[in-house]
Amino acid sequence: MAALPDGTRAARPPGSPGARVRWVRVGWALVLAVAGWGCAQEGGGALRVSAAASLTDALAELADAFQAAHPGTAVALNLAGSATLATQVIEGAPVDVFLAADTATMGRVAAVDRLAGSPVVFARNRVALAVPAGNPAGVRGLADLARPELLVGLCAAAVPCGAAARAALAGAGVRPSVDTEEPHVRALLTRLELGELDAGIVYATDVLASAEVEAVPLEPGQGAETAYPAAVVRDAPDPEAARAFVAFLLSPPARAILARYGFSPP
Amino acid sequence: MRGGGVRATRTVRPPLAVAVLGGMGIAFFLLPLGALLARTPWRRLPGLLATEVVADALRLSLAASLSATALGLLLGVPLAWLLARGDFPGRGLVRGVVTLPLVLPPVVGGALLLFALGRRGVVGGALEQATGIVLPFSLAGVVVAVTFVSLPFLVLTVEGALRGLDARYEAAAATLGAGRWTVFRRVTLPMVAPSLVSGTVLTWARAFGEFGATLTFAGNLPGHTRTLPLAVFVALESDRDTALAISLLMVGVSLAVLLLLRDRWWRAP
Repeated sequence: MAALPDGTRAARPPGSPGARVRWVRVGWALVLAVAGWGCAQEGGGALRVSAAASLTDALAELADAFQAAHPGTAVALNLAGSATLATQVIEGAPVDVFLAADTATMGRVAAVDRLAGSPVVFARNRVALAVPAGNPAGVRGLADLARPELLVGLCAAAVPCGAAARAALAGAGVRPSVDTEEPHVRALLTRLELGELDAGIVYATDVLASAEVEAVPLEPGQGAETAYPAAVVRDAPDPEAARAFVAFLLSPPARAILARYGFSPP
Repeated sequence: MRGGGVRATRTVRPPLAVAVLGGMGIAFFLLPLGALLARTPWRRLPGLLATEVVADALRLSLAASLSATALGLLLGVPLAWLLARGDFPGRGLVRGVVTLPLVLPPVVGGALLLFALGRRGVVGGALEQATGIVLPFSLAGVVVAVTFVSLPFLVLTVEGALRGLDARYEAAAATLGAGRWTVFRRVTLPMVAPSLVSGTVLTWARAFGEFGATLTFAGNLPGHTRTLPLAVFVALESDRDTALAISLLMVGVSLAVLLLLRDRWWRAP
């Protein structure tokens, strides 16, 4: 980032050159030591799980449970929008397990042959109309998202929560007046929690996880569902642990955890 | 502008270690550019760039970066003068605060703006009550975010030039009867003109490429707040070729800006 303006460099009073050289050497040694320590800590040997942002809270507990059942296997979580994660996997990121928030995104990865085996659905979720706690804008239903004076956020169409939100809106015949498109559901949730947005469509599990937003009930027949597929990635650094993790997601203890965070069984 | 001067005509062969490490450094910068050129879908390029998405993003990027540059000149030059010449308590602290956006992650800058100017922010709430203006999710919000990140480039460049000035010219003008405003306008500004120009171009270039603060503070909506860098970010996840095409466009514009400034950087003494 560039040389700063000229003329700002002041002439330094001459110090003892020997002392200065010694300080430079100490500095180098420190920098290298810290860098080396940082690299050694970097996810070495951990099972790398790339997971949709909506799984954030549930997955922390799932990872703990998995680690308890498989001592010696650490789980490193990479949480982001499913679309971002899919792009990373397609570009060859060293990932063991991919958990997407819809089958279409998983399909993108499968289409370029980056999966080992076929994906299995391990949970389901549904969309919710969320507003900041207390509903300051007085939102009463999906139709209000068409009101231009409200600040409305959706997930980007490329991520599952955006696709599901648009499906729900289309089903209800609502053309929303959108003010921002967020890269993943947790970014949208944060904007609602901060009160920057009047309303947005997130997942039911997100509303459950946040004390600062509440859901406006949808009318019967409105809404949309999404399924969460899990798959072992081709060339996974640790395929055995990856398969064990996917199997664990389908086990009764994992289902119990997912249910507690508001996910439905597959 | 500052050409001339003494220039070494004798070329020196570099020590081997310097040549090897320096060459690796060059490769480090050339490699990503090469990869971009190699992966760009050249045949489809015109079609990829001639879409409404790209046109909207380009329009927003130009509007936001030029507004930020104008706003930067308006606030930044006086600010630079105060830092260089002013005598007030806490001047060092002010300079630190002004420099902060330069080293702060832009996303943090955007978050700070949100806490200050957002709807529930310290100032933003009062602003909405009084005027109905909401900065987040608007083009005005993009301009605010982009100005916050790019203004330090102008301030520091101009301040450096002001410090290097020979104050006797201004003193002479004053003894000849020029008022303080006249001295500033007719003597000081012309003397720092080269730095003013390069600072302005640099500020504009930074504003044109701003991403993190914009996304965090102003949101992301095509046609309203989605500037070119945000369009690249979005396209990377759905339409790689468009992302490459926009990236190429931005590299081209940035290179052109640096060429404009070649007196300063490309022909270093």
